[in-house]
Amino acid sequence: MKGWMEGNGPQSNIILSSRTRLARNINELPFPDTLDAERAGSVVKTVSDSLEGGVPDIGRFESHRLQDLGQLERQVLVERHLISPKLAKQNNGAAVISDDSIASVMVNEEDHIRIQVILPGLQIRKAWELASNMDDAMEQRMEYAYDERWGYLTCCPTNVGTGMRASVMIHLPALNITGNINKILQAVTQIGLTIRGLYGEGTDIIGNVFQISNQITLGRAEEEIVENLTGVTMQIIGKEKEARRILLENNRVQIEDRIWRSWGIMKNARIMQSQECLKLLSDIRLGVDLGILEDIPVSVLNEIMIDTQSASLQKRSGKELTAAERDIARAELIRSKL
Amino acid sequence: MQCDECGKKPATVHITKVENGKKTDIHLCDQCAMQKNVLSLSTNFSINDLLAGILSSGAASPIKLDPIQDTKCAVCGLTYSRFKETGRFGCSGCYMVFGERLNPLFKRVHGNTAHTGKIPNKAGGRIKVMREIEKMKQELEQAIKNEEYEKAASLRDRIREMCKAEKGDVK
Repeated sequence: MKGWMEGNGPQSNIILSSRTRLARNINELPFPDTLDAERAGSVVKTVSDSLEGGVPDIGRFESHRLQDLGQLERQVLVERHLISPKLAKQNNGAAVISDDSIASVMVNEEDHIRIQVILPGLQIRKAWELASNMDDAMEQRMEYAYDERWGYLTCCPTNVGTGMRASVMIHLPALNITGNINKILQAVTQIGLTIRGLYGEGTDIIGNVFQISNQITLGRAEEEIVENLTGVTMQIIGKEKEARRILLENNRVQIEDRIWRSWGIMKNARIMQSQECLKLLSDIRLGVDLGILEDIPVSVLNEIMIDTQSASLQKRSGKELTAAERDIARAELIRSKL
Repeated sequence: MQCDECGKKPATVHITKVENGKKTDIHLCDQCAMQKNVLSLSTNFSINDLLAGILSSGAASPIKLDPIQDTKCAVCGLTYSRFKETGRFGCSGCYMVFGERLNPLFKRVHGNTAHTGKIPNKAGGRIKVMREIEKMKQELEQAIKNEEYEKAASLRDRIREMCKAEKGDVK
């Protein structure tokens, strides 16, 4: 059930995960926004049936109708990146999730079908291949909305063509500390990619985790999108490593001090707010990567990042918690993991 | 600087208002700014608003529509003028009904108007052949440029064969 959080992929000291999403629709059927409950239900059934036999290299799937899930359970799926906040609000929707949580299909989100595969580390190509296998299996059971000129037809014009959004979650603390992050942000957007902070809004990015994804879906083949994103990501990894080396060379004691202080707080705090947690977690992740902190598996850091979110904490405690109670539960959970 | 409203938290939102030639500066913290709704513009702004902006700017839609003759999708009932407001399609049928006039929008968003990626297996047979022919035509041109006439001749023959077979299939 851990999926990408295992953290055992290539480059997983800087790349948390790689994701590929494919948007697909059924021909001549209104898109989910205006689809009545009955036909929406039959889309859910068609999609679930099409994956019943499993998919090579992925295994079996289980279908969860949103209407059968409580608010908390929906939110937990959002926090684990298995469904989007939009799908969580859609009563006619469903989430079809693979046993290992690596692959999922959102049914009746913005499009009828959103296939997604998330793998640990830098594995964009593999994520695309697996998503494409799922796509092939599903296509046998339904007729997709497809046009020779424009490719896969989607609700939003920004997804038409391949319907593909490939992305990586990347941890860039050293580029941020050394004040180089803005240069990277600007350069990336000039070559048809977008980058945004995963947590925090606007320029106030928390936890140094960024998401880089392709912007263009029409006129570029999937392989090009994969190559382009992988290439750019490798470049950024190189820059981040260089920034880390320079930091250590010039400010070793300051960096060590920062990491050990963060470790001290994470290991001992009794009250932990979510933003503070993300900031400290970034320091600890850096400490592990630099070999300053030892014997902490990446999977534990990923679990802390995901499981300390609001809904996941409440699910774990088996009851609703106030913000103050969550801060206490968060601190407890972190201490138990480290 | 403290927030003008609550006087407790530091001000992070700074607004300069000019009304009747009189300038006033307001400094608020995040929370008070949210409550006063001064940030609502950025919170409710979606990609589709932006697309709608492109669509109705005129540049993307050279054909000015008479409202009475507005095109309507037979499958979902979405009209072109409604699409221009929302920036979202109602179903795959809309693409066919709105047709070529979508290309300027695609050009603006993606810089391209033609799909070059995956083809569904079901729809794919013919498209795959067409793409193969297209690719060979380019190779042929290149071969002629490079004066590789033997290669060019064999490519030409293969293209002919494939075009013939393709036409046979269509019948």
